[in-house]
Amino acid sequence: MATKASRSAARLMMAPAVILLLGWMLVPLIMTLWFSFRVYLPLRGGDQGWAGFDNYTRFVTSSAFWPAIQTTLIIVLGVLAITVIFGILIALLLDQPIWGQGVVRILVIAPFFVMPTVSALVWKNMFMDPVNGLFSHLWRLFGAEPVSWLSDASLPSIIMIVSWQWLPFATLILLTAVQSLDSEQLEAAEMDGAPHLKRFWFIVLPHLSRAITIVILIQTIFLLAIFAEIFVTTGGAFGTRTLSYLIFQRVLESQNIGLGSAGGVYAIILANIIAIFLMRIVGKNLD
Amino acid sequence: MARSVTPRRKLINTTAAWAIGLLIFFPILWTILTSFKTEAQAIAAPPIFLGFDWTLENYRVVMERSNYGRFLWNSIIIAGLSTVLGCIIAVPAAWSMAFVPSRRTKDILLWMLSTKMLPAVGVLYPIYLLFIKMGLLDSRAGLVVVLMLINLPIIVWMLYTYFKEIPGEILEAARMDGATLRQELIYVLTPMAIPGIASTLLLNFILAWNEAFWTLNLTAVNAAPLTAFIASYSSPEGLFFAKLSAASTMAIAPILILGWFSQKQLVRGLTFGAVK
Repeated sequence: MATKASRSAARLMMAPAVILLLGWMLVPLIMTLWFSFRVYLPLRGGDQGWAGFDNYTRFVTSSAFWPAIQTTLIIVLGVLAITVIFGILIALLLDQPIWGQGVVRILVIAPFFVMPTVSALVWKNMFMDPVNGLFSHLWRLFGAEPVSWLSDASLPSIIMIVSWQWLPFATLILLTAVQSLDSEQLEAAEMDGAPHLKRFWFIVLPHLSRAITIVILIQTIFLLAIFAEIFVTTGGAFGTRTLSYLIFQRVLESQNIGLGSAGGVYAIILANIIAIFLMRIVGKNLD
Repeated sequence: MARSVTPRRKLINTTAAWAIGLLIFFPILWTILTSFKTEAQAIAAPPIFLGFDWTLENYRVVMERSNYGRFLWNSIIIAGLSTVLGCIIAVPAAWSMAFVPSRRTKDILLWMLSTKMLPAVGVLYPIYLLFIKMGLLDSRAGLVVVLMLINLPIIVWMLYTYFKEIPGEILEAARMDGATLRQELIYVLTPMAIPGIASTLLLNFILAWNEAFWTLNLTAVNAAPLTAFIASYSSPEGLFFAKLSAASTMAIAPILILGWFSQKQLVRGLTFGAVK
């Protein structure tokens, strides 16, 4: 059905989206690359010429760099572990016949729709506040000393908040995958006397592997970029400065654009490495 | 893979599922409940679950003090316009990729998706600078454009997967019956595409509403949407739980309701068709 005329019409129809995205990608990217090779301090003399690779080496040798990488890894891996493990368990449970399944599903998914600033603030104040937070009441109830969550246990607290936000996403996708599992295969295994754990390990988990991979890849890309949750709760203090947050601080708080841009280039490279894996899976699915 | 189970087993599963569901939902429930308490009751020890004097005072105070209406309006305008604009640009693109595919269609789709992976913080300063130079800082127009661009890949992708499901035979049948291109568009394709377009609009409205990097970094007073309004509550620590709750409830209520309608689209929209 594709004639020459319809082909050129198709190209014309695609043009606005392609051109806009191309501009959106290239213009800031080229600017970031350019700044990353300059000594550029808008508040202290402006653009002061070429820096070579100085910004790149200074960014990775600064004392804040490795702690930031470590923080980023802990948060990303922590949230991934919690959301994937609990996501699988909850998905398997919700797949069982239960009364009021629709309502339970809604309850489980709800946190995904709460804006990040709201969930960060609600957790910070109403649950983790060392004086009036719900956790401190709970701790006192058992005779324990309330914890200053966001200063004394800052990373677990952030992981907790972010996991709460992303658990619905993992659960929903894994549930979709669980529901597509062929029940006859499971029944056959059951008749052959395979115990629960074996059925889960050899039938359910392999079936879910693709969905799990996708959850991990997509969440990693979003988790590397979490911002509001840290901005609102600790502002990067108490060892919660991630790579993204460090770059944000270099760029907007200390206004060292050259240094921040070099950091930005590192972040872009990191995200692209993960994106390549995601693209492969998505691409295979297109054929 | 749902199978039949004994009633006893069903009861156990139901209890467990409801317990987990309520536990996950609890922070939202607690926020909504607290918004109807007085400030004293909100921090009472032990905490009061339901037996408090319900009051609307917090809502009244928040509305009066903070000009809530303007933030709400900004959120609606920014999320709404960016989504609609995105759709206007994406519909023709997704349409042509679904119905007149070429060898490069797949590459273009994947490339579009890859732009979504660009970490925002990596391009923060260039965008910031461009916004200053163009006088767009703290303007709704600027945010509409940025949010439209960051969501455009998802919009194109979702529409593409929906359009792809419209069978080509129907178009051929319409053509055999002598339908002109215009008639084909109006009477055959549009009715079949509307559900997909509606779902796409819904999910992307939600994503734009909750976006909290660009909305926090590119606004100050005039264009600040609800995300920024809530962030402004982070300074008075642990003092105004009831008012914080009322403000939070107002910020999330509209989207929570919309969100419940978009569960299915969520999977499609966020996994790019890779999980079905």
